[in-house]
Amino acid sequence: MFVINCPYCGEREQSEFKAGGEAHIVRPKQPTELSDDQWAEYLFMRKNIKGIQFERWVHTHGCRKWFNMVRDTSNDEIKAIYKMGEKPPVK
Amino acid sequence: MTNNLRVKSSKFIDETYKISFRFNNKTYYGYKGDTLASALLANGIHLVGRSFKYHRPRGIMTAGSEEPNAIVQLHKNTSRTEPNVRATEIEIYEGLEASSQNCWPSVNFDIGGINNFLSPVLPAGFYYKTFMWPASFWMKYEYFIRKSAGLGKSPTEPDPDMYEHKYIHCDVLVIGAGISGVIAAKTSAKNGFKTLLLDEKPYLGGSTIYQNSEYFKINNQISSSWLEKEINEIKKIDNLEIKTRTSVAAFHGYNFLLARESLTDHLPLHQRYEKIRHRLLKIRAKKVICATGSLERPLIFDNNDRPGILLSSAIEKYSNLFGVSCGQKNVLFTNNDSAYETAISLFQRGIGIEAIIDNREEVDSKLIKEIEKNNIKIYKGYTIVDTFGYRKINKISIMQLSKDGQKVVGSKISINCDCLGMSGGWTPAVHLFTQSGGKLKFRDDDQVFIPDKYPSNQISIGSCNGEFTLDEILTGISKKLKDFLNIKKTDYENLEIQSHFNKTKRNIWLLPSDKIIGKTKPFVDYQNDATAKDIKLALREGFRSIEHVKRYTTTGMGTDQGKLGNMHALGIISETAGSRMGELGTTTFRPPYTPLTFGTIVGRNVGEYFDVFRKTPIHDWHFENKAKFENVGQWKRAWFYPKENEGMHEAVQRESKAARDSAGILDASTLGKIDIQGTDASEFLNRVYTNAWSKLAIGKCRYGLMLNEDGMVYDDGVTTRLDENHYIMTTTTGGAATVLSKLEDYLQTEWPELDVYLTSVTDHYATISVCGPNSKKIISKVIPDIDLSDEKFPHMSFKKTKIDKVKCRVMRISFTGEQSYEINVQANYGKSVWEKCMQAGKEFNITPYGTETMHLLRAEKGFIIVGQDTDGTMTPIDLQMDWIVSKKKYDFIGKRSLYRSDTIREDRKQLIGLVTENPKEVLEEGAQIVADVSKSPVEMLGHVTSSYYSPNLKKSIALGVVKGGKNMMGQKLIIPMENKQINVTVTDPVFLDKENKRLNA
Ligand SMILES: [Zn+2]
Repeated sequence: MFVINCPYCGEREQSEFKAGGEAHIVRPKQPTELSDDQWAEYLFMRKNIKGIQFERWVHTHGCRKWFNMVRDTSNDEIKAIYKMGEKPPVK
Repeated sequence: MTNNLRVKSSKFIDETYKISFRFNNKTYYGYKGDTLASALLANGIHLVGRSFKYHRPRGIMTAGSEEPNAIVQLHKNTSRTEPNVRATEIEIYEGLEASSQNCWPSVNFDIGGINNFLSPVLPAGFYYKTFMWPASFWMKYEYFIRKSAGLGKSPTEPDPDMYEHKYIHCDVLVIGAGISGVIAAKTSAKNGFKTLLLDEKPYLGGSTIYQNSEYFKINNQISSSWLEKEINEIKKIDNLEIKTRTSVAAFHGYNFLLARESLTDHLPLHQRYEKIRHRLLKIRAKKVICATGSLERPLIFDNNDRPGILLSSAIEKYSNLFGVSCGQKNVLFTNNDSAYETAISLFQRGIGIEAIIDNREEVDSKLIKEIEKNNIKIYKGYTIVDTFGYRKINKISIMQLSKDGQKVVGSKISINCDCLGMSGGWTPAVHLFTQSGGKLKFRDDDQVFIPDKYPSNQISIGSCNGEFTLDEILTGISKKLKDFLNIKKTDYENLEIQSHFNKTKRNIWLLPSDKIIGKTKPFVDYQNDATAKDIKLALREGFRSIEHVKRYTTTGMGTDQGKLGNMHALGIISETAGSRMGELGTTTFRPPYTPLTFGTIVGRNVGEYFDVFRKTPIHDWHFENKAKFENVGQWKRAWFYPKENEGMHEAVQRESKAARDSAGILDASTLGKIDIQGTDASEFLNRVYTNAWSKLAIGKCRYGLMLNEDGMVYDDGVTTRLDENHYIMTTTTGGAATVLSKLEDYLQTEWPELDVYLTSVTDHYATISVCGPNSKKIISKVIPDIDLSDEKFPHMSFKKTKIDKVKCRVMRISFTGEQSYEINVQANYGKSVWEKCMQAGKEFNITPYGTETMHLLRAEKGFIIVGQDTDGTMTPIDLQMDWIVSKKKYDFIGKRSLYRSDTIREDRKQLIGLVTENPKEVLEEGAQIVADVSKSPVEMLGHVTSSYYSPNLKKSIALGVVKGGKNMMGQKLIIPMENKQINVTVTDPVFLDKENKRLNA
């Protein structure tokens, strides 16, 4: 079970959080102008990486804020945590 | 036989404290400090069970938690019965009742023993292969196999014991209180770290504490005396917490560990009442030091499983710690120096040793010389080729090993004995290390896996790190601890160590025999009866991966997870397949290290505390008025209110009729309520609901449907505009939490520019819904000062008002199709307002109704329930609710998905009504709907989602989803049931009052 450093609250047990899938998938501004394929790409297609993955997490049983996490899925090492809207760290 | 095998008093055994216990219905005696195994051995009992597959007699093999054979059932046929208890771990107490497991009818005469002679037909993969045989064959043998091969019986009564969970945070956790662990704990605690030291045994000091030999000294003191002083010191350190009888079950990532502290298992039953039995410790440690020790390896040779064959270290422990001799004529069989330590211990205590068989040809050490000096015969370069004796070993035969160790040569020598100790060297106990994600490396010198890469802030020290001898352990420990704890000095910088241990070892995974392998039984996994022959067979049949071989042969899949034999299995695979050990990898050790009871895992979450439940503010009234309750999520909701002898059907029929004929009252407090405020609140609702919200006037209510981005219906409910920038949204009872989360997600991540604030107020308000033709009259009595006329307070509108001095919100909204008022008051006034309504409604026969009647009433009106009539694959179009989907809005969640190629299909399942040919026949919810039963396979068109007998319509009604149902109005379909077919007609889903006359009646 991880210890997650919520950018608003500090270190808390993983059981207080929920994972919300891949990060940095922006909802299209004009969905009605997309083809079926383009919309399906947004709606369904997700990477499932063994290794460094960018993910969304939310502090459900805490401040209820969403934030981003860079996690190595092969060993669960959390490489970085940053707020929504912030740029992902490079490397 | 009474304790004549106690050889010498031991300070760990209190011989003034005699304890009687029962084993297989006979009474025996032991002393305080004994385990069940040591007490049985003291009584001359080796045979304690039968093996799983072949039902071979099996004896106590070890003296620890790795025991594969001596697993017993405690207190059979009582609520405290427990299977799979290791006799080597359980401490005896007055009144202990244990019985052999896995033998039927008795341990001495076992019908399953016949499997031993049938073993040619029970090869590896037997169970897999059996399932492929004709089913009839399996049926025939199932009874026999189940009865004779079970692994104990689970209790049938509720567990009378109490369990609890406890969180512990510490700077340093030390696992294992052997010599390394004690040193580490003392060093850590003395340097100011909050330290926790755990050990599974009832005493501290590991195997060093009963080491009594002049050949192992620290600072010129016998190692056990030196360690005893250390232990006495650590007991006095304030910031060091020590827990014995505490077994670490799991080591997860981020240094999170689970341990079971056993508190009453060693006490007589009458002393256990009102006490916690086990405490599950949930430990988060900044640093972890694994000092988990090592397990001695058995040797793999023909018939290496007879009672009386033990690990050499176990014989030493029984003699030194418990003062019990396992036999009078001992033979030791070894490939390293460990067995000589045992030999010296036995010799010192006057226990007879017949011979020592050593695989090594040319080997010498101080220990060996000592043995030779005492005229004990050592057969160097020999191996055991067979053993004899049915219920206990009585003879072995040995032969000389060839130079390469692959064959035996020369002639057989027989040696009589009554006990055989074997030592195949040591395997570091790396189970917890690997559980934590640690990677191992293989050390070729002595063929062991040792920790290589640590995944978290932890180290392994002592023999679990492959440092087996006293000098190996102690020379490096000081530097290791300094580096790990980042400290300057330890008390262990310049220890003077005497350790006369020759470290050479002749490792032969499968010892050769004079017989072909097919004719031998060299056991690798004792608990699961897997032999070297089975492993070779698996390889011949094409299995290569260690994980596959493990599953096929069941090696390592018992309750002991193969703690003894896994390394040999690997070794035999690598030798047979010609691959290198280090490249094969190992199988995965999974938590728990030793089995946990369900009670420990569940802790206090039993009975009514199993899950939290939520009660509405009016709950007590429902309870007093004999409501039956239904679980809706975590809520307890009033289901129906039976009168006198009414069953559910009668009560629901009465309630439903009363609601339409006069007045009904429902506790709707469980509906989710989200307070929405901010200058962009209207825009926000526009984006999350399918319909338009900008033009909703203040004081008006609107029904909304919420979709997922995939276009499927997610939730529904009525939202009211309280003010310019203030709305209150209601959600379904079950959807409250997830809807809030979803809305927050969009607000924070997709639309952070919107000025909107969400607050869950579900628990803050009680919601009372009064419906029926007389509802207006009742509400006017309860709230006399508002104008309830249809002009001033029409359907779908809202008023702020007061009941006495209590502020409340009243919405005129309806889920039943009747004229209906919903009063929202601060939760703590809920019950009094409810009672007021009941009082006011008395003259109108106001009838409280529960969720079942609510469901019936809304089904009459064709209103859907999200989650009952929808299942996450229904669009609003599928639900025939096109009217609620705005064509004008540019975007809302799910809009684009409503015209994907899949969602525009004409033959999607669509919501329809169903009426039965026989109006009395009520369909079963979930029943399949078909059109044509003559063709096989019958095409399944859909299923019934809601079904009731309507007392108001005096007929059976149902909702269902059917492929292309929209265009099937009037069509006849069939509901095939087990014994009959029910004819139905497709109708509009609205059965009652299509014109909505009743809303304003
Ligand atoms: Zn937080």
